[in-house]
Amino acid sequence: MSKARMSPLRSSFVHLALAAYTVIALFPVVLTIFNSFKDKNAIFRTPLALPTTETFSLVGYTTVLKQGDFIGYFQNSLIVTVVSIFFALLFGAMAAFALSEYRFRGNTLMGLYLAIGIMIPIRLGTVAILQGMVAAGLVNTLTALILVYTAQGLPLAIFILSEFMRTVSDDLKNAGRIDGLSEYAIFFRLVLPLVRPAMATVAVFTMIPIWNDLWFPLILAPGEATKTVTLGSQVFIGQFVTNWNAVLAALSLAILPVLVLYVIFSRQLIRGITAGAVK
Amino acid sequence: MGSLQLKSIRKAFGTHEVLKGIDLEVKDGEFVIFVGPSGCGKSTLLRVIAGLEDASSGSVQIDGEEMITTPPAKRGIAMVFQSYALYPHLTVKDNMGLGLKQMGAPKAEVDAKVAKASAMLSLEPYLARRPAELSGGQRQRVAIGRAIVREPKLFLFDEPLSNLDAALRVNTRLEIARLHRSLKATMIYVTHDQVEAMTLADKIVVLNAGQIEQIGSPMELYNKPANTFVAGFIGSPQMNFIEAGRLGDAEAKTVGIRPEHITLSRESGDWKGKVIHVEHLGADTILYLETEVTGLLTVRLFGEHRYAVDDVVYSTPDKASMHRFGADDRVIV
Repeated sequence: MSKARMSPLRSSFVHLALAAYTVIALFPVVLTIFNSFKDKNAIFRTPLALPTTETFSLVGYTTVLKQGDFIGYFQNSLIVTVVSIFFALLFGAMAAFALSEYRFRGNTLMGLYLAIGIMIPIRLGTVAILQGMVAAGLVNTLTALILVYTAQGLPLAIFILSEFMRTVSDDLKNAGRIDGLSEYAIFFRLVLPLVRPAMATVAVFTMIPIWNDLWFPLILAPGEATKTVTLGSQVFIGQFVTNWNAVLAALSLAILPVLVLYVIFSRQLIRGITAGAVK
Repeated sequence: MGSLQLKSIRKAFGTHEVLKGIDLEVKDGEFVIFVGPSGCGKSTLLRVIAGLEDASSGSVQIDGEEMITTPPAKRGIAMVFQSYALYPHLTVKDNMGLGLKQMGAPKAEVDAKVAKASAMLSLEPYLARRPAELSGGQRQRVAIGRAIVREPKLFLFDEPLSNLDAALRVNTRLEIARLHRSLKATMIYVTHDQVEAMTLADKIVVLNAGQIEQIGSPMELYNKPANTFVAGFIGSPQMNFIEAGRLGDAEAKTVGIRPEHITLSRESGDWKGKVIHVEHLGADTILYLETEVTGLLTVRLFGEHRYAVDDVVYSTPDKASMHRFGADDRVIV
């Protein structure tokens, strides 16, 4: 942050721009939530109006909770997202540690290879993945989704974390080695806590595409027992008739868990405990 | 317990050879300092002794036991780093006790040893704090305490004072000297600061470009430097080097004379010259002269002297304190 004070005019422009961006970003979300509390007529007649006492209706939410196993869908989504993030972070961090800490032949090449996934979308391999999952008998299981999402999250995790791990002081790791910590203990007890902000960043970037994904649940796990929220909401969107109340209610509900996760991770983003470790 | 033998240690990073065959013997209880300019390999050598860096070839023996393949934690060493390297998420007490805990020592023993070490370094008020809540000097004391708690055969210090400010550096230096006397432990200390080396060491190892230039006590190095490198490195201000030909010495290539071994007079002397700069330090006065015979000459006088720039003075070297170096830069005895 610069110490020089900005002129009021300049700072008001900055705030104007930021406020405009906030409005644009939040508008669809707010609109979705407002309309999810209105009856069907009101959604179409006055889509931008706030719900009033006349137009207020919870019909969307009751439909969602009655029809289909929405609690189950939520559970599926949460399990898939949380477990995938966990594995992507764990394996990503381990690979990143190896790449940044050890000198071995092919280190750079390995780093590039692991980062290729950032540039090539995993969906290109959908057919092969489906064939593989069929052969492994994993179709219609959450495991299939978790495996795919872990793979999808790894490249970015490795890329970001290896950069961060290079900044962790060598002396600290060496002090750990002299104190008799194993390489695993050094990784888990010294390095991971220090790169926690980076881990949170990666978690947020990994989480949102997984939560919102429709593609892989549709292809790998379309069965009733393994549906995720995004896939579950699709039952209300028909070719000819769409139950907008239910769709909007489902989407509003789907925001909540991801919001909670985001709040948890972003706390970590702000915290820095590295201060005082090394000068 | 606590002797160290190094035999022809070599270390190369790729094709670049950092250590070119180091042989060294450190006796039990000695305080040995590795000193040399940046990039001379002194830190790498320390890391090889610690086991943090693999030597390309050679042997490291601690107490006569071959250690070259032993992991750092099993070598019976403790190391103090320039950047302190304290565990940021642990309290001072846990920082100091971690090594013992890892070795599986009972809690009571760990507590007792931590208490003893913290008493030695007056760290008791800070035991519950985290490193972030300590000042630089306190952090370095914790790092030293962490080393003491392990009761190692060998203490390794990697430029421990470089991050401290000047006043704190002197205090911590005294503390380390005191520790060495009370623990009677073998210590190996790396620094680029020759004052630290001269004040702390029993034995100084001067390294340059991956080789040992000379090993000796501080006064040996000061009085009998083996070559021009050591002569120039030890002593401040630096020794004056004069082309021997200018003094009519056909056998030697260079003649060295320390600034404090030259006397000055306004009336008469060997080398007539003009003052080009004066530094008044209170206890010392340092003069830079341009003389007809020797070229630029640094002279150190004790006490205050009223010489001014452009004064004409005569300087006379103390013949007994002159060092003569041959064409290979080695001293001629």
